[in-house]
Order: sequence, then structure tokens, then C-alpha cells
Amino acid sequence: MANVSLKKVVKRYGREEVVHGIDLEVAHNEFVVLVGPSGCGKSTTLRMVAGLEEISDGTISIGDRVVNALPPRSRNISMVFQSYALYPHMTVRENLGFGLKIAKEPEAEITKRVNEAADILGLEPYMDRLPAHLSGGQRQRVAMGRAIVRNPDVFLFDEPLSNLDAKLRGQMRVEIKRLHQRVKTTVIYVTHDQVEAMTLADRIVIMRDGYVEQVGTPTQVFEKPANTFVAGFIGSPPMNQLDAIVANGKARLSDGVEVPLPADARVSEGQQIVLGFRPESFAPKGHSLHGADRSVSVARTVMIAEPLGTETILFAELGGKEVQGKMLDPRPVQPGEMLDFTLDLTRLHVFDKASGKTLRA
Amino acid sequence: MSAMTIEKPWQRWLIRLGVFVSMTILVVPGAWVVLTAFRQNIEILAKPAVWIPQELTLKNFQGIFGLLDTQQGLPVAQYFVNSLVISVTSTVVAIAVGMMGGYAFARYRFKGKGALFLGFMLSRTVPGVALSLPLFILWARLGLIDTSWGMILVYMSINIPFTIWLTDGFFRQIPIDLSEAAQIDGCTRWQAFWKVEFPLARAGLASAAIFAFLTSWNEYALASQLTRTTASKTMPVGLMDFTAQFTVDWAGMSAMAVLIIIPALVLTFIVQKHLIAGLTFGGVKG
Repeated sequence: MANVSLKKVVKRYGREEVVHGIDLEVAHNEFVVLVGPSGCGKSTTLRMVAGLEEISDGTISIGDRVVNALPPRSRNISMVFQSYALYPHMTVRENLGFGLKIAKEPEAEITKRVNEAADILGLEPYMDRLPAHLSGGQRQRVAMGRAIVRNPDVFLFDEPLSNLDAKLRGQMRVEIKRLHQRVKTTVIYVTHDQVEAMTLADRIVIMRDGYVEQVGTPTQVFEKPANTFVAGFIGSPPMNQLDAIVANGKARLSDGVEVPLPADARVSEGQQIVLGFRPESFAPKGHSLHGADRSVSVARTVMIAEPLGTETILFAELGGKEVQGKMLDPRPVQPGEMLDFTLDLTRLHVFDKASGKTLRA
Repeated sequence: MSAMTIEKPWQRWLIRLGVFVSMTILVVPGAWVVLTAFRQNIEILAKPAVWIPQELTLKNFQGIFGLLDTQQGLPVAQYFVNSLVISVTSTVVAIAVGMMGGYAFARYRFKGKGALFLGFMLSRTVPGVALSLPLFILWARLGLIDTSWGMILVYMSINIPFTIWLTDGFFRQIPIDLSEAAQIDGCTRWQAFWKVEFPLARAGLASAAIFAFLTSWNEYALASQLTRTTASKTMPVGLMDFTAQFTVDWAGMSAMAVLIIIPALVLTFIVQKHLIAGLTFGGVKG
């Protein structure tokens, strides 16, 4: 069993605290993604699990062992670095077998396991090349191969795809997912890309400024964001967020538009709130994703239309701000055209203006 | 430079001429020493100078080794051994200590790091000769005058700061990720250094080594003060054996100079490839 458990983990550099008491339980064979903007402490947290950064306070356990005082080599982990960190003076074969050689595994065993890893990742044609003679995607694969040959308890990934171009990133994302299905292992994966987080994770940990903002499955964090930060971070294009005041049980926007609130929203009269809705909940009539049971209609002028093929992103003004809507099954739309938008009331998000926290049950 | 296109042949020839002239100026003194080493004394002292040697001879070399009846030999072999022992020992120690120092400066954070580094660099700004009097007094009290150890200590202290500076630059060029990856792959910090960082810094260490070796091998000013007899005299100091009160044996001196140059030349050729990589590498660091 290789679950990973972080209890009140703190990281300080001198007097500056950068990770503020994180609690996290990663189950055996679970794929957990730490995501957040740069400087949120996700990489630092990962490096503490790896043993590359000292833990200032709290405990980290792998399995039932507290690893705080253990050096990286004694933690039975492997890690894929953003820079790949392949040994430039060794061939692909030597890179893959390096860890096993250090562990003094018998030669036959090393050969067998290196060949297995090479087979899984399709590296056979490159085994005798130096890393300098590989493409970015191939280097990425070698880095992953080096991680899997050692049969670690835990895989750590530190932004492994951010040096690849968009197309390759998409391919490698699928490969990582396939790899995890094949080589069942506990994975902690750090990225700043919310698409990677959504597509790969069993559970997502969203971090900001050294705090955990929310932990949940991709569906949970998408459908029930705990606060405005998570709401804005997960989903593309991001959720529209409009300031509103509660009046007569409805949200009144700054331009006077009134939107009925969901029944489970715990609001009080006169409260300042943030009303959130995703672009797919704001669509011209007849072009929406969900046939909404309850909705309100507003006529709005389209300012910009971005056709993407299967859908068109529409920019319009609502509540004094520019909001984005998504038109499915699109027809050509010209800027300046007046459209009847429907706002899906079953998919509204309501946050407290002051704390940013969700007001829905 | 490769983007520059030279269209006219006369431009190309002009550049070749320029290179030829400047190389000639650079090479002539060395070449003259080598030529002189193989000439007869009459020709060397002739006025006006004889530019093209009429006859080459090995007599000068035979002379300094005492193989001719007309001349007493010099303890060249002993000087050579002294030079070799002093240079090799001080180079090995300087590389070992300097490499560790350079690694520490490149990888660790510690108090007073900047000041210490600056201190090492400042020690390089003091001309060696300026140290000769204090060194002489100190060495005299310590009983290190005219000992190989005395010279080894001096050259070590000259070479270590330079080696630290050079290797620091090399280790900085090696991404820290590599050492971390090795540690995750099961290495101790020490193993990670020897198996990953050291092989990658080899070019830098080779160039640092040849610099240190040549500094010790060619040094004259300090050695001439601190050595006295065959117990510690090095080859460059041995050159002065050819000067008497009224005469200088230019032929013998030149022959000995050739003997000094040969090992340095051989060594430089061996590590030439590394040296070029090393120098440009250091240049990038700025």
C-alpha cells in the first residue's frame, strides 16, 4: 500500500512561509493533481514529498512510514522533472537503467526491466542515442521510462508537459493517462494547466498562495466550486462572475437585470453577492447545451463572435461587465447583432462577495 | 562571423596577410629560442645576425647533460624531477580542493559566500612578485626555504582560487535537476556528484588542471627567491645557471628552454579539445 498523507505541512524559507499547513490524503493508486497559478506552492509541496525540500513543519508519510527525515533515495519514489533532467552523458538505455544499477540489481534483471519500459513507451529505436539527439517528445518518454523501471511506490510529476508544444502535449497527456491505467501506482502530478488537471486527475487539489482552496473530483470542482477563485480557475473559457445585490430573493445586477436565485442559496436580503455562470449556461435561444427547465431571457448585442467550429464564443455585456456565452450548433453571427440569450437558472453559482465562498449547499 | 561573406579574392588575401603578420610576430620569439637551441655558438653571437642557420647541431643539448668533454653538465634531470614533483603535486591538490570549493560555491548557500568569493578573486590581483619578500621571511622562519614542499604550498595558494573560480562556473552550467534526479534514482549526494555532475564537469576540470600545471611549471619569480640548490630548484630557475659574471651561455639556455617547453606543449595538445571547450564555456558564464 502506498498512500501519501500530508498533515499540517508547512514550508518556510527563512522567515517567509510559502506553504501554510497543508492537509492532504492521497489514496493507494490514486491520481491526484495539484494545480494552481505559479507561486501557489504546488511544486514546493511536491518537492517536499520527494525529499528535495526540507519539511519545515508537519509530517509527510508514504505508506505507513513518516518520511520527513528520509533522503529522496530511501522514499521509493520516482519523479519526472519539467526539464526532464536526463543524464546528458548517458544513452537512453543507460538513463533508463541508472536507478537499477545504483540499486545493484543483477544485470539480467536490469536488461529485462529496461526493455519492458522501452516497450511500454515505444523507445526501442532510440536506446543507444544520447538525450541530445532526441526530440522533445522522445526525451519526455525517456524521463517517464526512467521513472517506471524502478517500480516506485509513488510517481511524482512536476509540470512534465509544459516544455512541449500544444499538439505533443495533448498526445503525451493521453499517454500518461494510459500509462497510469497500465502501471497502477499512486501519482501526484503538478501542473498550472487546468485542462491537464481535469483530464488526468482522479482528484484535483486547487492551490493558491500556499493554501488549498478545494479538493475534489474534476466533476466536483467544476460543478461545485468552493469559491470564486476555483470558479475562475477551472473551466475554459472561465466562469462569468458578476457583482449583484440580493433583493426580494433575487439577484439584482448593476444594470437592473434581476435573476432568480437557486432555492438552496443561503442568502439574506441586501447581501452583496457574486453571481457566477459558465459560458455554456448563457446561450442564444435554441443553441444551448442543456434544455433548461428554468431560465431567464435577456436580449443582448453581440460585441465579438469567435467561431470555433462546433461552437461559437459570444461576447456581450451583462451587469455592467463583458460576459462570454457559448453558442452550440452555431450559425454565423455578426458583431452588433441583437440576440435573445437564455441564462440557465439551474446552473447558477452564488458566492459571498466579501469572502468569495460559495453560498450554495 | 559566418554570416559575413567575402566576395573579392583580394579581400581574402588581405585577411590572410594580416593573420600571417600577426602570427609571425607572436611566433618569432619562441621560434628564435628553438632555432638558437640547435645552432652553433659562433652563429648565435654573429654580428650582423645570421637569420638562416647554416648548420644545425645537437651539441647544446649534449652540453647541458654533460656529454661533452669541453663543458661540465648541469643537474638538468634533478631540475626536471623537482619541477615535475612540484607542479604535479600542487596541481593535483589545487584541483581536488578547488573542485570541492567550486562545487560548494555553485550549489550551496552559506553565510559570507559573496565576500569569500570576492576575497579569492582579490587574491588573484596581487602580483606574485609582491609576495616574494613576505613569503621569503615567512618561509625562512618555517624552514621551508629550498624545499619542494615550500614551492608546492606557494603554487597551491596561487592555483586554488583560480580553480575555484573556473569550476564554480562549470558546475553552475550543470542544471541542479540532474543531481536531484540522481538522488531520486537512489544516489546519495556524494554518488550523484561522482556519477553525474563530475563527468559533466570534466572538460572544465581538465582546463583548470592545465592552467594550474602551466602556472607552476613556468613560474620563475617566486621560485628564484625561494629555491637555492638542486633540492628544490625548478627548470625555469635552472636557466639562470647559464649566466656567469661576464657571459651568458645563450646556446645552453635555449636548449634548456626547449626542454621546458616540450612537456607543456605535449600536455596542451593532449587536452586541447577540452581546453577550447573549457575556455568558451567559461566565457559564456561571464
